[in-house]
Amino acid sequence: MRGETMSTDPATRHAAPTPRRRFDAGRWFVPVVGGLAFLYLLVPIAYIFVFSFNDAGRTNLTWRGFTLANWQDPCRPSQLCEAFGNSLMVAVIATTVATVLGTMIAFGLERYRFRFAGSANMLIFLPLATPEVVLGASLLSQFLNLGVQLGMGTTVLSHIMFCISFVVVAIRARIATLDPALEEAAADLYASGRTAFWKVTFPLLIPGIAAAALLSFAISFDDFIVANFNSGAYTTFPQYAYVAARRGIPAEVNVLGSAMFLGAIALVVGVQVWRYWRGRKLAAL
Amino acid sequence: MAVNTTPGAAEELTTPQEHVAPPPLPEQSAEERRTWRARGRLGMLLVIPGFAFITLFFVVPVFSMLAMSLYVRPEGAVPGEFVPGFNIATYAHVMTTYGDTFVRSFLFATVATVAALCIGYPMAYLVAVRLRGRHLLQGLLLVVIIAPFFSSFILRVQSWRFILSDESWVVGFLKAISVLPQDGRLTATALAVVAGMTYLYLPLMMLPIYANLERLDTRLIEAGGDLYAGGLQTFLRVTLPLSTPGVMAGTILTFIPASGDYVNAVMLGNNVDTTTVGQIIDSRFFHATDYPSAAALSAVLMAIILILVTLYVRRFGTKEIV
Amino acid sequence: MSATGKDLALRGITKLFSGFTAVDDLDLHVPAGSFFALLGPSGCGKSTTLRMVAGLEHPTRGRILIGDDDVTGTKAHQREVNTVFQSYALFPHLSVLENVAFGLRRRKVPDALGRASKVLDLVELGHLAQRRPAQLSGGQQQRVALARAVVNEPHVLLLDEPLGALDMKLRRQMQAELKQIQQEVGITFIHVTHDQEEALTMADTVAVMNAGRIEQIGPPGELYDLPRTAFVANFLGKSNLFEAEVVDAAGPQGLTVQFGETTCRLAAERAVQQQGRIVVGIRPEKIVLTRAGRRPADAQADWTRVTGGRVRDVAYTGVSTEYEVEVPGAGSLTVFSQNLRTEVIGPGTEVDLWWEDANLFGLAGGSDTEAGVEEL
Repeated sequence: MRGETMSTDPATRHAAPTPRRRFDAGRWFVPVVGGLAFLYLLVPIAYIFVFSFNDAGRTNLTWRGFTLANWQDPCRPSQLCEAFGNSLMVAVIATTVATVLGTMIAFGLERYRFRFAGSANMLIFLPLATPEVVLGASLLSQFLNLGVQLGMGTTVLSHIMFCISFVVVAIRARIATLDPALEEAAADLYASGRTAFWKVTFPLLIPGIAAAALLSFAISFDDFIVANFNSGAYTTFPQYAYVAARRGIPAEVNVLGSAMFLGAIALVVGVQVWRYWRGRKLAAL
Repeated sequence: MAVNTTPGAAEELTTPQEHVAPPPLPEQSAEERRTWRARGRLGMLLVIPGFAFITLFFVVPVFSMLAMSLYVRPEGAVPGEFVPGFNIATYAHVMTTYGDTFVRSFLFATVATVAALCIGYPMAYLVAVRLRGRHLLQGLLLVVIIAPFFSSFILRVQSWRFILSDESWVVGFLKAISVLPQDGRLTATALAVVAGMTYLYLPLMMLPIYANLERLDTRLIEAGGDLYAGGLQTFLRVTLPLSTPGVMAGTILTFIPASGDYVNAVMLGNNVDTTTVGQIIDSRFFHATDYPSAAALSAVLMAIILILVTLYVRRFGTKEIV
Repeated sequence: MSATGKDLALRGITKLFSGFTAVDDLDLHVPAGSFFALLGPSGCGKSTTLRMVAGLEHPTRGRILIGDDDVTGTKAHQREVNTVFQSYALFPHLSVLENVAFGLRRRKVPDALGRASKVLDLVELGHLAQRRPAQLSGGQQQRVALARAVVNEPHVLLLDEPLGALDMKLRRQMQAELKQIQQEVGITFIHVTHDQEEALTMADTVAVMNAGRIEQIGPPGELYDLPRTAFVANFLGKSNLFEAEVVDAAGPQGLTVQFGETTCRLAAERAVQQQGRIVVGIRPEKIVLTRAGRRPADAQADWTRVTGGRVRDVAYTGVSTEYEVEVPGAGSLTVFSQNLRTEVIGPGTEVDLWWEDANLFGLAGGSDTEAGVEEL
């Protein structure tokens, strides 16, 4: 393959027989550094997981022995599960709204002509260029000025705002890789614009939209700063953990954190395995 | 305008696409004009709800924050009471009082970004290039990158606090091999704060680079290997320039939250030498109820970030920042 | 399957894009059931023309008629026209069978899957009906794309460079299959291509397009034998074009033209221009080459002999040999000589060129003799 494409260039042809890698360290550098990086990423997770089994009592700072009690009753500390439920609820609503709005914007910007395309792109980019603390503080000023009662509503609104630009960017990239000829083929095969969208474009974008939604969910669920400014008395899971951290976080928090981590992995791996298996099955036909 | 708008919404989604709209032509047939207008109308319908949301919950708040930064405190006001005004002095005040905090914040963010790049790039390269074609393993490693988001960021920072705490075996080991002096510690140091930031924002660095390297044609690397012989040369002259857009996106996405961070500073630093702008904004807002100062600090922080990002994009020239 | 093809007529079609005119006042009539090729280099407007027939673009001026119906104002999905796309554009998320049934389902045709299966059998892919497009080879994908269009029994079927992505051997095979399927189903086929050999072997009628206009329309043999412009002469096969003077326009056997020392005769109906300086053309394989002073065995008395040639370059291609011969008054002429005998004449040799005057054609004086020459 390479010989074929390169043979027109005499310099390349000449160089080909010489050994290709003098800098052999590169071979090992990438796997070693990459592997260590993954380890670095997972060390705190491992700690969280291990200490979810600690027979800790109130503060989970030192190892006091193995127990399954934390996993059996993660809701024991008061308001922990409420905060956890709040976070899930906020993340689900914010993700749904942000994904719908973001997908619409992504389509509009990627596929239609615009007089103000430059400003529109700026409007998407600026929220990404704003640190959470600024986003949170300015939204709070706004809510205070308007006299809006802080709570779940303001938390959800702030999270939609926080997620929407990420969704737009992620989905735009997917739309850009979609072959426009597919939609033309649908139109050519008697599908009206609406039918073509629902039968061809949308099914093809589902993986991209799902990935964007997952990202949005992760960002919302993990957010502390924006929620801390805008949630008022309404407490999210990260806020609970932050407050608890001053006294020592109960082991049940580790249980929920670990469960979410494992759940996320199980979900994505499940989807991957299912697609792989389906692909194998189809290939066998 | 009111004619048949909603049913038309998906109607035109499928007509041929131009990424950049050509200017209208002097001459158009009725059909061309109809298609042209319908497409414009549908485009507007798609973006209006989202842009209305962003305007309401981002643009307006930012402007009201800018206004707030100029508010004045009337004589004998209760704490937290301010009235509209034009008090530029707040900016002078925060800049003289917190100038070095700004410098420190951006220094932390820069170091954390460079560190995350040094770690994130090999990670992305490993998954995207070295493991190309091994879809299951690739997928698994990508999940491992994203999944920590779900375990809550406060918990992860807390883990680092524990791992780096004075009693931990890490500190003990470092003391034993005399890397750390006997009275040295890791928490409450700038190093701990920067390490925490690096850790926290690593996925934001790695994912854009991965998305870029995933599309990289490996034959180019092989060709580079033929031309330059050295692996390092090939990397510097072929791979790295080709992945510039990913590196740009990753560094920007890491730098921005890192420069506004305060959770790491509070949980891993908590020391006057590690105070960041984010921490000041938070405390001006919640503890001192000094809203104008908090707003002015936010405005300056955002302005500096925008200037730095613009300069950076100009310098390394790419349009694909978002 | 019944013959469903209808006539296609384009009347004064113009398409303007910002900055350029893609199609310029085009008139075209394609009779029902014919295999029509639109041939031209990339950017000549042939794909835009096809997209306007499909309804994927709308013309700036002019009308499009299918049968007796004016379809200019209708959208793509309202036209009984189907397209085989260059990239095939098979829906990756649907099975092969569902891809083929897609158009039938949209039109609520009863027994869509049964019909789709039958057409898949026609293209010999019945056994792969449950696969996804990504699991097929290029040639198989091409056939699915064809089946997906044919199954709808459209009035007009459009093929946009459908064989471009296939390798040479597969392309030859698919050319024959396409032609056979077209004859079986009786649909009007319009085939856009830049491959002149493909157009010549498959189409009943070929239109050569250049810069948004049609240069010439006709059956393949006629286009090849009697090109009317330098572009057609060069784009369709290879031609030797050189300037000559009409010295006698009134002779009984047509025009007498002269270049250098040589005079030859050109039938008046084979010349676009009958007086003054014109451009004369002859195909390289219609010239016979001999060593100076010899005579080809089969030469007739009325053959023209051009003397004083010198071989400049020789390329041996196996079945034939290509000579570049420097001819006084005509410049460099190409000669394709079938390797009937083993002798190959070397460079520098003095040679004579012979041809039968009936093979000459005359183009307008001042034609760009390089127009349509394919650049490498």
